[in-house]
Amino acid sequence: MAEPAVTQDQEKEEEQKVVDDGIDVGISRLTTDKIETVINQVLKTETGARLKTYVNTCIHCGLCSEACHYYMSHDKDPKWSPVGKVKQTIWEMIRKKGRLAPEEIRRVVEIAHTECNLCRRCLQFCPFGIDIAYLISMARRICHKLGVTPKYIQDTAHSHSVSMNQMWVKGDEWPDTLQWQEEEARGEFPTLRIPLEKEGADIMYSVIAPEPKFQAQLIYQAAAIMETAGVNWTMPADKGWDNSDMAMFTGDNEIMGRIKRSHFETAVRLRVKRIVMGECGHAFRSVYDTGNRWLGWSHPPIPIVHAIDFYYELLKENRIPIKEKFKEPVTLHDPCNVIRGGGLMEKSRYVAHALCDTVVEMHPNREYNYCCCAGGGVINCGPPYKLKRVKSNKVKAEQLMEARTRGAKVIISPCHNCHSGLKDIKNYYDLHMDIKFFGDIIYQIMEKPE
Amino acid sequence: MVDQSKWDWETREKEVPFDPWKENFNWVEEPYASPDGEQVAAVVNIDEGEFNVCVNGETWESPFEKIWYLRYAPDGRLTALVSDMAEWTVAVDGVPWENKFGYVWNTLFSPDGKHIAVAAQADGQYCMVLDDTPWETTFQNMTYFAMSPDGSKTAAVVQVTDFGEGEVHKFQEGCFTAALDGNAWDTKFVNVWNMAVSPDGTKLAAEVRLNLYEYSIAVNGQVWDKSFPCVWEPVIHPIDGSVVAPVRTAGKWTLAKDGEFLWDARFPQVWHQQFSADGKILAAIVSPKYGRWTVAVDGRPWGVTFGTLVSDLVVSPDGSTIAALTKEGETWKVVVNGAAWKDTFDMAWRPVISPDNRYVGAKVERQGKYTVVVNDRVWQKECDAAWDPVFSPDGEKVLLRTLENGRYLRRVLPVTEITG
Ligand code: SF4
Ligand code: SF4
Ligand code: SF4
Repeated sequence: MAEPAVTQDQEKEEEQKVVDDGIDVGISRLTTDKIETVINQVLKTETGARLKTYVNTCIHCGLCSEACHYYMSHDKDPKWSPVGKVKQTIWEMIRKKGRLAPEEIRRVVEIAHTECNLCRRCLQFCPFGIDIAYLISMARRICHKLGVTPKYIQDTAHSHSVSMNQMWVKGDEWPDTLQWQEEEARGEFPTLRIPLEKEGADIMYSVIAPEPKFQAQLIYQAAAIMETAGVNWTMPADKGWDNSDMAMFTGDNEIMGRIKRSHFETAVRLRVKRIVMGECGHAFRSVYDTGNRWLGWSHPPIPIVHAIDFYYELLKENRIPIKEKFKEPVTLHDPCNVIRGGGLMEKSRYVAHALCDTVVEMHPNREYNYCCCAGGGVINCGPPYKLKRVKSNKVKAEQLMEARTRGAKVIISPCHNCHSGLKDIKNYYDLHMDIKFFGDIIYQIMEKPE
Repeated sequence: MVDQSKWDWETREKEVPFDPWKENFNWVEEPYASPDGEQVAAVVNIDEGEFNVCVNGETWESPFEKIWYLRYAPDGRLTALVSDMAEWTVAVDGVPWENKFGYVWNTLFSPDGKHIAVAAQADGQYCMVLDDTPWETTFQNMTYFAMSPDGSKTAAVVQVTDFGEGEVHKFQEGCFTAALDGNAWDTKFVNVWNMAVSPDGTKLAAEVRLNLYEYSIAVNGQVWDKSFPCVWEPVIHPIDGSVVAPVRTAGKWTLAKDGEFLWDARFPQVWHQQFSADGKILAAIVSPKYGRWTVAVDGRPWGVTFGTLVSDLVVSPDGSTIAALTKEGETWKVVVNGAAWKDTFDMAWRPVISPDNRYVGAKVERQGKYTVVVNDRVWQKECDAAWDPVFSPDGEKVLLRTLENGRYLRRVLPVTEITG
């Protein structure tokens, strides 16, 4: 491979050396011996045949490179390509038999946590089905075991460990917030309830902690939709209400298991038939795939229904009366965890068309959509990496811009992280587009009591 | 335990009209039946910001601005979390506790119903409140809660050291511990989770995380000699006070007692372990093979396994009857001593074992209609709501509490009327 050209951007980024306590302090405590022990222990006892097969199968054909928004946004610099990233992390570890110097681990953490969204777009293009995201996740697991994880996401994992939610929401703050939203909503829907701890309801509705913390109106909207559609639902008053999972992204599998156990056992305790989750992508991956499996449940013990699927069902059954369709032309962002990971692409389109007059497809779309660059825990690594994150998704900005030239004014993004990530991209690249959840639109256009 | 022999086991049927309540209130929330079946109660809305509790058609003396978590204590007292003028407390049979707080939640009852506890927050400080008496010490955060088996003591996981947002290294030095009746342990941990209190109230055991990677069990602040890559909640032997918890080892799970491996078998998962009252039998929900679930008794899994879930393990006091719920795909079944019942349901509730071990019953639901199943025989009534069956102390009769066509019904039937 040719030596990559150094761009101005890279120079600038290198100048602004990131200060991150989570990494800096962690590295200062490492020795090559410790690194060697940890790497070999993880590679030997936790990876098995899968890692070996991937490593032995990859023929370095580069077919996956153009799939990656990092690579495409950095002038096709090979160091940002999927395989380029694996080369600098897992392969390097294997090549050196685990003997990496502490400073070499710094680069591993940066790549693993801030230069790959685990979005699996590259997997779509690999003729051998090599899952780069799995390899990068292993690198994160090793970083976790070494005690070097970016501070912000580590703090979030700590929050999960203490409170079983992502944002240090305390035991009283959660039910209090729900009751406050319920009271507010009664101004508009006089008999509305957010039924807490209602055993035997059909559905447990679960959200991610930023909702009660910063976006309580989303809970209000969800309650309004449930009320209007006549759903028999409940929300837990105690731990288990948060479906998010940053521990999954820091490689702290034990905490991931603990928070997923809490989520599922809460649903079992409430005797609900299904868990409906809000518009979140990564949480879906955790409850639908990664977290349940770590616990030994090959499938979620209580079925998980993503909001897209749930809205699809309600709209299909005409359970949400619509006053008037949404007028402004929208474009649809396909969050990888629910589209590539959950196959909800056509249902998402059904919902969009049922709600909006004009839906302008962005290209590429569906399972080939470009990631928002926020997911996989990248945005959760916080402000130190924000600039890198937005610059690494020029290709997303171009994709959105192109949809805008064809009339799209609003981006619908049924995923929290995508929402935040797209907002940063929109601001940085001056896109002048609004971003909405499906829930925002449904609430806006549905019939409400006079 | 509650003395159920004093309940009315003679009258075959009693009835309380329920639907007419709806005419008197803006709305009636989901009903709760008293353990002895004599009462049915619900939170009702009277006016904007005005709620009450209606019991057998009569409301409590005074309304409240907010009411939630209406639950009967095992002794039949009716409790709710209530708020007036932005202050919260517990109301017992309509009478609020004297102490008021910024918030209360997580009501706990002792099995005999004599003691009621809640978690409380006042001015940003947290403590447990037992029978209207708050702990003398308060804490800046409190996350998990427990009560001693006799209800005389409460415990909580508490934060004892301050740390700021993003202070990950300070957090990892350990800022949490457990407190019994407000007395926090001296030892601090990265995390403390589920706890158990011994029957005599002298021992508090908890799951702890020593650093990001090592987990163990701490008993009265003292950590087991061994640590593990993960642990689950401990239980305490009812007679000898030893502490037993699931622990992870080499990627599998087993049970450990006082820090030493107890079971030889290793499983993809082990949790919800439970002793019989005499401590002679120890059962747990296990996954004997990835994606399969069953119950193991003293380390030996039942021959039958299930695909989706096993939950609600119940062990009779003498350990001779062990029941659980199982789920395959969308359907639930009851399984007793390793044999699954033939009937399947859309939902099932925790099994109930008769005092003489002759019967196992459970509340079940099919297509939105509720009934009761006893020894694999479904009671031929389809109800709009039902509560767990209660067997009489002599095991001859069963108390059935249901809602049917707008009426609440308390029935006492010979069990054989269901089992044939
Ligand atoms: S960001 Fe997505 S496409 Fe790029 S390497 Fe990671 S998983 Fe592959
Ligand atoms: S497409 Fe597959 S084989 Fe080719 S470089 Fe990428 S991972 Fe390797
Ligand atoms: S944030 Fe959204 S698009 Fe981005 S990785 Fe997650 S699901 Fe994918």
